[in-house]
Amino acid sequence: MEFKLDSKRAIRSAYGEALQELGAENPTMVVLDADLSCSTKTSMFAEKYPDRFFNVGVAEQNMMSMAAGFAIEGRLVFASTFAMFGAGRAWEQVRNSIAYDNLNVKVVLTHAGLTVGKDGASHQIIEDLSLMRVIPNMRIFVPCDFSETKAVIKHAAKMTGPVYVRLCRENMLDIYPDDYEFDFSTPNTLIEGSDVTIFSCGYMVAESIKAAQELAREEISAQVVDMHTIKLMDVESVVNSAKNTGAIVTAEEHSIFGGLGSGVAEILSESYPTPMKRVGVMDKFGVSGPAPKLMQAYNLTSQDIVNACREVIARKKTV
Amino acid sequence: MDELAAKLKSQADVVRKHILNMTSKAGSGHPGGSMSIVDVLTTLYFHHMKHDAKNPEWGERDRLVLSKGHAAPALYGILAEAGYFPVAELDGLRKLESMLEGHPCRKTVPGVDASTGSLGQGISIAVGMAASAKLAGEKHRVFAIIGDGESQEGMVWEAAMAASHYKLDNLKAILDRNCLQIDGGTEEVMSIEPVVDKWLAFGWNVLTCNGHSFEDIIEALEKADTFKGKPTIIIAKTVKGKGVSFMEGVKEYHGRSLNPEEMTCAMGELG
Repeated sequence: MEFKLDSKRAIRSAYGEALQELGAENPTMVVLDADLSCSTKTSMFAEKYPDRFFNVGVAEQNMMSMAAGFAIEGRLVFASTFAMFGAGRAWEQVRNSIAYDNLNVKVVLTHAGLTVGKDGASHQIIEDLSLMRVIPNMRIFVPCDFSETKAVIKHAAKMTGPVYVRLCRENMLDIYPDDYEFDFSTPNTLIEGSDVTIFSCGYMVAESIKAAQELAREEISAQVVDMHTIKLMDVESVVNSAKNTGAIVTAEEHSIFGGLGSGVAEILSESYPTPMKRVGVMDKFGVSGPAPKLMQAYNLTSQDIVNACREVIARKKTV
Repeated sequence: MDELAAKLKSQADVVRKHILNMTSKAGSGHPGGSMSIVDVLTTLYFHHMKHDAKNPEWGERDRLVLSKGHAAPALYGILAEAGYFPVAELDGLRKLESMLEGHPCRKTVPGVDASTGSLGQGISIAVGMAASAKLAGEKHRVFAIIGDGESQEGMVWEAAMAASHYKLDNLKAILDRNCLQIDGGTEEVMSIEPVVDKWLAFGWNVLTCNGHSFEDIIEALEKADTFKGKPTIIIAKTVKGKGVSFMEGVKEYHGRSLNPEEMTCAMGELG
């Protein structure tokens, strides 16, 4: 694949478009939101199917349990709000009302991570993957661009049971062509490489591509893998990459605890111990600021991934 | 009516014995709040609701969500008596090999319409089910049983707001107003009064009844069906531990089962 990385789009709009198309295919599907429909883009579904859209107001807990009620009645249900309030405030409703009963509710939460920007720490959830990953029955996707977001939403709609999809507010660089044929059964290798593997998700996929391009100038061959699926994580792919390159870096716009990095570390430590380094938010809250500056301040740039790669490659030589 | 009330009373007393037996055998569970709601549940399942034990998934059936899920022994006893599963299953309550989870589980127990136990969530699930029925033009009703201690959960009031906003007149909530919660009287722990005014203010039709008078319960349920455009709540005045003199109004029996001596006395009282 060629990566121009010269155009950006809001992945939330991809969600809205996917909802409109799914709404036509699934006449009983309903969508719920908690007073953030213009931001989450569930408003695009509401415009086309007002009868099947339920804006519950600022009441996320009620939204998640109501979603369960719709699903019990056999409907495909999407429930959206900001990730802070859906994965945070309504966590227990997601666990007990939805996941425990393995109900067909797709929890699509937007404005996740530091890149929500100026709203600051109260809205910058960096714990959502961790919170959702520990819930049995839950499946988790983190798409990285417009095209993948649309495909993930349609894929989630075909699955039975609860799914969490993490979206962010910031416009995302286009990585995949619009007609790309996605296969979510396995992580997607975007760049082949032999010296180090970078597993990344969401916003950090584009940064990982830039990092690999930078490393290539130093004659370091980095494999870049789009880990769109955080749960169930593909054990075989992770182990195969570790065998092939012998050095692993993970990159995510999330706490280093409990997300992508933790998932990869769990697999490697049990199945194929390999030098690895996690790039993510260290154990601290965010602050207000424009997204690009925040990513620099929290060491979440392509340069940070490059540095991490150099470090694990050096460790590989001493093991 | 006398004949019907007598029939329901004898059915409820059978279920009361099941409640005490199964919680005693389990060595835990919540007999107090099960005994307070059993007359209402008996009236619903053996007189008022449209349902079919042979076809638990029947689309046109009335739904019931036990939002105060800790009263599971009452629901299980009734479902067994109604024929959803053998009465012998009740002995397995809370045991590893049994389908009868400590709190209602939809996946394992035929007749359970929603998994509950974490307070506040069931009423919201019922709101979703009722909204779904409205959207589909279906005629069945959705009943939700909530507790008075449960009414201290904030999300109960989120659900209350939503139900009246969506004009869910197919939703009938019943408040088991036994005035006791784990740590004491509801009005001492965290007052929910004036509870009638609260529900009225949230846009609901409010009825009250004696939750241990079958005539009263039937009248309230029938009246609830006549209201259009709003959800209805029936505030059923009840007694925790109702039916066994030494359990009545005693908070310790909220979450404690009876020992063998107490069982002998209780069974004697229930006949």
